[in-house]
Parts: sequence; structure tokens; C-alpha cells
Amino acid sequence: MNARIESKPGPVKNRTTVERKSDREVVVTRTINGPARIVFEAFTKAELLKRWWVPKSMGMTLLSCEVDARVGGKYRLVFDHSPEPAAFFGTYVEVKPYSRLAWTNDEGGEGGPVTTVTFEEKGGKTLVVLQESYPSKEALDAAGTGAAEAMVETFDQLDELLVALGESSGQ
Amino acid sequence: MTTRLDTSFAALSDPTRRGVLEQLGRADASITDLAEKFHMTLTGMKKHVGVLEQAGLVTTKKVGRVRTCRLGPRRLEEETAWLERYRQRWDERFDELDKVVEELTRKEKSDERKNRK
Repeated sequence: MNARIESKPGPVKNRTTVERKSDREVVVTRTINGPARIVFEAFTKAELLKRWWVPKSMGMTLLSCEVDARVGGKYRLVFDHSPEPAAFFGTYVEVKPYSRLAWTNDEGGEGGPVTTVTFEEKGGKTLVVLQESYPSKEALDAAGTGAAEAMVETFDQLDELLVALGESSGQ
Repeated sequence: MTTRLDTSFAALSDPTRRGVLEQLGRADASITDLAEKFHMTLTGMKKHVGVLEQAGLVTTKKVGRVRTCRLGPRRLEEETAWLERYRQRWDERFDELDKVVEELTRKEKSDERKNRK
């Protein structure tokens, strides 16, 4: 599967790549300017996670963020959402300090994806590889209701997006 | 919608099929042309075109004994847009992460310097 998109490299900013690896896996990669130890902390400490997990452009406000990054520990993020707040939650299934993290995404019920993140340090920078894997193609289909709505929205915004892409690549 | 996207992603997972789409992006072609170009049997190419057709990426039309293929009503842009949106979301998130990590790294270094004094 090679439908791959890369952002342009900037002077400091590193590229984020997304690759749809199969019908049940999406992989995101990005190099972060700092040691794996600190990047890992930013993923596993609530007070750090809430500073970056919800960028302003998402148009959502984080109401609370609880993280217990131990195997079997839970996380819970609650967003300001109308008509009522939306919670995202799950359980950590792998926690290997500074190198590997995995958690379940349970807000959609059974068949939610498992997110696996690996951290690889090279020359003071850290390559982050994040993979979202559904247990099966069927699970992805079943869990797809919310995603399907998001995609309808995506298609509605297709023109807008392509215009934006055209503008940014034309610079 | 998810199922439809799935079909497209499955269709795009094969390098020959991606090549066929690229080829058809330049000009319409018959299955025989495509089979020759990709050094395949007619049956093999028919299968690939069938998968692309099912995903709506290619349409075919039979005129006489020749089946001509062209790009379908659905274009790669939909998949590309979906992936791009997904990428942008992570890109923005990781930009923020970069800021947090750079700040912590700087702070740690200056703390080390202070401690050495």
C-alpha cells in the first residue's frame, strides 16, 4: 500500500508522513527535535500531553486529561463538545519506557483500533512511528460509523481542501 | 462510506493497479494494451481492471471485441484528501509536540549548566 503523502520539509519543521498500510492499518511518522526520553514523557504525562494533543486548529477544548501510563492503566480525555462533552478513553497494553507504547481506543465500543507508538532516538532526535490497527477489516467497517461521518464531512470539504493544497504548493 | 474507501484502498494496494491508473491518467487503453505494457496475461490484467472497476476508479466499455478502459468517476483525490486530512491533523499535533519537547530539552540543558556551576 503506497498511497503516501508527505509534507514539505521546512527549515526546522520535520516532515509528517501518513501511509495507509492495509485496509486495517494507518501509519504516521514524524521526527521530533528532542531525545526519546523527553518525547516519551510528553506522551505519558498528562500535564505535558494536554499541551500538544489538541492543537488549536482542531477547534476543540480539552476539559480534562487523565493518564496512567502503566500496563493495564487507563487514560481518559474529555473534550468540550455539543450537545454534551465527548470522552476518549482506553487502556495501556504496552509501556516500555522511552521506546514503545500501545493503548486501546475504547470509546467506540468493541473493535476499536489499537494505537502503537515506537520511539527511536538518533543524534538527539526521535523518530516517532504511530500505527493505528484495527483487529480486522470487519472491525474497521463496524467501527466506521463515526469515521464515515467524518469522511462525508471530508468529501464535503474536498474542494476547499484541494484549493488550500493548491495554494500551499504554489507558494 | 468506509467500505467504499476500503475497496479503494485495497484496489490501490497493488503496484500494477497503481501503474494502470497512472497509465490511464495519460490515455485510455484497451485491456490488451495494458496487458502488453505490464507484461501480463490478458486474464491477469482483466482481474486487475475488475478490482479497479469495482472500486469505481476505472470504467470499461466494450466496443466490438475491444474493451477500452478509462479513469472512473471517482478519482484518487478522494483518497488523497482523506489521507491528507489525517496527515494534517497529526502534523499539527506533532508541531505542538515539537514545541513542548524543545522547551523541555532546552530547560534540561540549562539546568545541567546551572548544576555544574
